[in-house]
Amino acid sequence: MTTENSSFGLDYAPAPESASMVQFDDEYGLFIGGCFVAPKSGQTIDTINPATEKRLATVARGDAEDVNDAVAAARKAFEEHWSSTSGSVRARYLYRIARQIQERSREFAILESLDGGKPIRESRDVDLPLVAAHFFHHAGWADKLEYAFPNRDIRPYGVAGQIIPWNFPLLMAAWKLAPALACGNTVVLKPAETTPLSVLLLADVLNDVDLPPGVVNIVTGAGATGEALVKHPDIDKLAFTGSTEVGKWIRQSAASRHLPLTLELGGKAANIIFEDAALDQAVEGVVQGIWFNQGHVCCAGSRLLVQESIAEDFTDRLKRRMESLRVGDPLDKNTDVGAINSAEQLEKITELVNAGIAEGAQMHQNSCKLPDKGFWFSPTVFTKVQQSQRIAREEIFGPVLTIQTFRTPDEAVEKANNTPYGLSAGIWTEKGSRAHWMAMRMRAGVVWLNTFNKFDPSSPFGGYKESGFGREGGIQGLASYVQDSTGSF
Amino acid sequence: MRAVKRTAYAPIPITPVDEVALESRAAELGSRSIKTSSKEAALYLSVRCIDLTTLEGVDTPGKVESLCQKAIRPEATNPSIPSVAAVCVYPEMVSYAAKAVASSSVAVASVAGAFPSGLSDLKVRTTEIRKAVEAGANEIDIVLNRSAFLSGNLAQTYDEVSASKEACRGAHLKVILETGELGGYEPIRRASMLAMAAGADFIKTSTGKIPKASTPAIALCMAEAIREHAQSEGRVVGLKVAGGIRTAKQAWQYLVLIAETLGPEWLTPDRFRLGASSLLNDILLQIRKLKSGHYSGPDYVTLD
Repeated sequence: MTTENSSFGLDYAPAPESASMVQFDDEYGLFIGGCFVAPKSGQTIDTINPATEKRLATVARGDAEDVNDAVAAARKAFEEHWSSTSGSVRARYLYRIARQIQERSREFAILESLDGGKPIRESRDVDLPLVAAHFFHHAGWADKLEYAFPNRDIRPYGVAGQIIPWNFPLLMAAWKLAPALACGNTVVLKPAETTPLSVLLLADVLNDVDLPPGVVNIVTGAGATGEALVKHPDIDKLAFTGSTEVGKWIRQSAASRHLPLTLELGGKAANIIFEDAALDQAVEGVVQGIWFNQGHVCCAGSRLLVQESIAEDFTDRLKRRMESLRVGDPLDKNTDVGAINSAEQLEKITELVNAGIAEGAQMHQNSCKLPDKGFWFSPTVFTKVQQSQRIAREEIFGPVLTIQTFRTPDEAVEKANNTPYGLSAGIWTEKGSRAHWMAMRMRAGVVWLNTFNKFDPSSPFGGYKESGFGREGGIQGLASYVQDSTGSF
Repeated sequence: MRAVKRTAYAPIPITPVDEVALESRAAELGSRSIKTSSKEAALYLSVRCIDLTTLEGVDTPGKVESLCQKAIRPEATNPSIPSVAAVCVYPEMVSYAAKAVASSSVAVASVAGAFPSGLSDLKVRTTEIRKAVEAGANEIDIVLNRSAFLSGNLAQTYDEVSASKEACRGAHLKVILETGELGGYEPIRRASMLAMAAGADFIKTSTGKIPKASTPAIALCMAEAIREHAQSEGRVVGLKVAGGIRTAKQAWQYLVLIAETLGPEWLTPDRFRLGASSLLNDILLQIRKLKSGHYSGPDYVTLD
């Protein structure tokens, strides 16, 4: 213990969340028809903690035969009971799931941080509350679909194939499962290769609330498993969140057989700061925009556009704030930036950052000492960035921000929209008329005013251009999981 | 302590403040988890930053002397616990306080200038300040003239702070903004910039005499103004939070907020103060808990 002479400063004593609060198995099979079964493939994958590189558990690597079993179980559940289960009963299941998640949110949050590397502060304060909120919100819709779609005679698609990414494993599962179940579909869900554990723990919850077997099936695996699901002839709807590259391939595959599809893909969002903005809060918004979840966020505000008159002042404020970020143990309650999700992702980030340096941009980094083991990347800002450089064009999907300047609102619009992506945008100004003028001109699915990375289940989320199509959340999101009884889509 | 030359009011650019984002940042800072050695260091630091306050109409010399004893040695049985920064009293009590703390490190702070309204003739206010300093006050806490400020008379507001600073003749000037009466964060930022430009050594949140007292978001708003003033003017101004701060946890949440906004160099009694009365006892109980592992009750600390 210290005495009065020791000083209180920014080096807070470790405040680790206890990993032993969450119990998970050493090995997991596939969750098919309400129970865990050994994969017919006979193959497995180890999932590791990206902060320590230590193995956490071994999960099944499902193959086409396993996917087929899962789809068959989902089909059976749909035909035999789920399609004729009333909306109010479906609502009851969804409410139960939501409440169970709230009760066990500490366990889920810890597991999410262990398996994915995100800071416990975020999994505890952002991911888990939103997961519960999504189930609650869609539980409310389940028996009110006729009001969501007035004058239409709608019905579920049937079996939905859903492929989710590694950046928000449980939250993305919730975004997809909740509307699918609310609308009466059954599901085959494929979590990402590096982050399967929280979704496998969710299987526990599904059984605890007596969700009928086969309504939700979980097939773990890697790219080939996902491919088998995409190509399976008996799925009626496909939803994918992930990279634009994979999304393009999925779209081709789905187009060849008229499969209803929603895609939520990459982004390279502009966060635009006008000279009359609340600058100190805008700095926080930029931090939220790019360093939330280590920048592993498809809607991350990775391109900062600052009005030239305040560029130097704002960059100084931002660099000062960046220096205060704590990088390290994701389970420490005071960690701001956790571990990069995988060695592969770290390599991608490093490659693009090196390209930025080679192309003449100037790099500034947080001086926090990084742990020896695990995958880490310091919060990074690039100045002297040109629109033509790779770091300003390509999605880095890491804690790396580029700063560019603009002189007029027109120029801000032009630069913001000059990207193949269009998922989100941020506008910071205290002038209401300018905010509206800008928002109308943003070609992005979500436009945040004086905030960033704020989510709500009632607000539709989705992209323009290569950021995908279809929406998740709100009535618009529900619409992705129903069709008209005439059979068209 | 240095005298600041009076300057004429010139309009000061004000950086806008966004209420929602400010409050969410303050809440985020409030969620920091301060444990073990950090908690102990925070508790000791908090003691050193306290302005132990009694501002009651019923204050007597005896009450003030008893408070001063507590200020010098907060816990007789534990000499490792440092003295607080200052005692804060009404002008009438300054001479008694000055005598009681004479041989210690504890400073005497006096409210002055028609506290808590600040509404009386400027000459009356500056006279009160002068008398308090003559009686032995090292620090003077005045209230901003909200009447002038809210009616848009910024030059008058500025001049009065400036005149008060002059009347302090070297004593430290703390300017209470009474933030609960200013009507929002942007006026708080404006009042902060104005008071600093006019010569305040400290800016202070509240008198403690109205229900709307200090909150973390208000302190953050003022700390951001102090940071901007330091960056643009190269002048260090301190922050005093006061009103409604009763628990050790509230105290270390303010320390976190200051450390992460202004930097750890602001965590000294020269730059940060906690104005409080019952806070000290809660900190003493927390320190004892850290050492013994269990909580003792309110009868195990002295009520002075």
